[in-house]
Amino acid sequence: MTTNSPTERRLEELRDQAWKNGVVAGRRVNVAGGPIPRKVGYYGQPVVKPPVWTWQIPLYFFVGGIAGMSAVIALAAIIFHHLDLARAATWVAAISGAVLSPVLLIMDLGRPHLFLNMLRVFKHRSPMSMGAWILTAFGGCIVPGLILLELHAHQIFSGTFGELIRFAAAIFIFGSAIFGTLLATYTGVLIGATAIPAWFLHHMFLPIHFGTAGLGSAAALLELFGHRSSALNFIGFYAATVELGLLIWLSASKHGAADRAIHEHSSGWLIRIGEILNGPLALVLRFFGFVPLAAISFLIGALVSRFGWIVVGKVSGSDPESVFAAEH
Amino acid sequence: MIGEGTQSTNQRRHTYVHDRVEVGFFTDPTVCIGCKACEVACKEWNQVPDDGFVWSGNSYDNTGHIGASTWRHVMFVEQDRQKGGQIVGHHSLGDGNGEDPFRWIFLSDVCKHCEEAGCLEACPTGAILRTEVGSVLVQNDVCNGCGYCVVSCPFGVIDRRPEPLPDAGGAFKCTFCYDRQKSGLVPACAKVCPTESIAFGRLDDLRARATQRVQELRQHGYTDAGLYDPTETSVRGIHAFFLILGEPEAYGLPPKPQIPTIYLKSAWASAIATAVASIIATLLAFAFFS
Repeated sequence: MTTNSPTERRLEELRDQAWKNGVVAGRRVNVAGGPIPRKVGYYGQPVVKPPVWTWQIPLYFFVGGIAGMSAVIALAAIIFHHLDLARAATWVAAISGAVLSPVLLIMDLGRPHLFLNMLRVFKHRSPMSMGAWILTAFGGCIVPGLILLELHAHQIFSGTFGELIRFAAAIFIFGSAIFGTLLATYTGVLIGATAIPAWFLHHMFLPIHFGTAGLGSAAALLELFGHRSSALNFIGFYAATVELGLLIWLSASKHGAADRAIHEHSSGWLIRIGEILNGPLALVLRFFGFVPLAAISFLIGALVSRFGWIVVGKVSGSDPESVFAAEH
Repeated sequence: MIGEGTQSTNQRRHTYVHDRVEVGFFTDPTVCIGCKACEVACKEWNQVPDDGFVWSGNSYDNTGHIGASTWRHVMFVEQDRQKGGQIVGHHSLGDGNGEDPFRWIFLSDVCKHCEEAGCLEACPTGAILRTEVGSVLVQNDVCNGCGYCVVSCPFGVIDRRPEPLPDAGGAFKCTFCYDRQKSGLVPACAKVCPTESIAFGRLDDLRARATQRVQELRQHGYTDAGLYDPTETSVRGIHAFFLILGEPEAYGLPPKPQIPTIYLKSAWASAIATAVASIIATLLAFAFFS
């Protein structure tokens, strides 16, 4: 066959097109390889691995945040003698922190039957290890705290022993509150200290966001359970205001291609929707006195934004350009 | 080295594990012929399962990327650049005149066995450990598949093996053939490499050999030859290092990899500040509004 034959000429045309455009129109040929315009890095392959986590992890971030911060509200309610609110907050903390959270975490493991291996070692340099211990310590405080508080509330024992039970309940709930604040915030450290560009570039932002969203969600949930008080309303204002500040911070702190997963794509929309729901919208609703609506808005926002951050990690981790941009 | 026959460190038996000598891989793409024998040998010796076949269309590489069931991966990099003193032809696809430089580089990628390993630091079960020879090893029977090492590796090496593959759910990566090394054998990939593009040996020997090789190549016109061994970053060097032509990005290698633990201090500071602020805000709320 000579180079003048029609087929050979057609082949030359196709090569020419591929050379110029990187694609052959109508042939669905995406010329990734070859000495022609090509994708970023090695055929556009991810440089780091995107997270393998599924829906259980963002849901755990949400539930764990509520659990931890409910314990803080329970402690404050005990100190200022709001027994009903303290009981409700402790129940919320115990169910979400000692039941739902461990179940979600174990469900996400690749080998759930080996979950106890989490407690084989204590590694302060691994946020995952610290998280496992924080959750264990939280569970170890909130469950006895709840039992003792209920014993106290029902006045089962009286006299010195009754006083002792009240005191012990306060001690356990104090412990729960301390571990609870860590439970609500460590998740930000967990994903902040990774090799995923959109996450590590915001490793200071994430603990503030997760912790504050946890506090606001805990207050919002208690409000929806009928505990309307100006104290919880104030906490709602505080959380929504901080979230509004965080939304402004996130919009101002852009790192170009390195964290574009936060500002573009569907992952960016999830983050944005979440932040608007638990920032400005919750604030405005609360300002005009629509407390239940503000609470619902905050809760949905906090949940959507947790899912958003995991999706951001998947998008950012699969994007080689983000990794290169973050390192330059 | 080539020419040493059975005396080459790639062929002779050794006692590195017993003597606790740091060992490494030096992978040199300028002598790699892209035969993928290393991929095959690795899969066979370690009984790594078949993870499916994808016709990628990316040169002759249908492996894609290192992962839970791919511990060696031969990359096929095509670049319109001159390779050393390469003589290029007269036919051009571009503007029709002049010469088209072209080079085809094969590089066998593998777990880097970092000096400061992100996966090892991240592992909450202690399943990942450092061996006597300085390599990073995952103990399959201890790993519970939490997936945290996956996002902590700055090179995207370790991954969780999906269902329905055998041993699914656990994290897997190159073991540096620890089992073979304990018996005085050379890792399967290095043993089988027909051109000794993958050189196995003492880390200090390999580093000296690699520096010499780069000089040699530069003298032969490979002006962009260099070593990929990020000793300047927080990873502090890798035990499986590479000679590369051009920039690391073309091989999907991060230019400045960092171990994620460098973010711990400020992230925890931020977490504790948030914790304290939340407690204060809650106490204030109850003190003033009840």
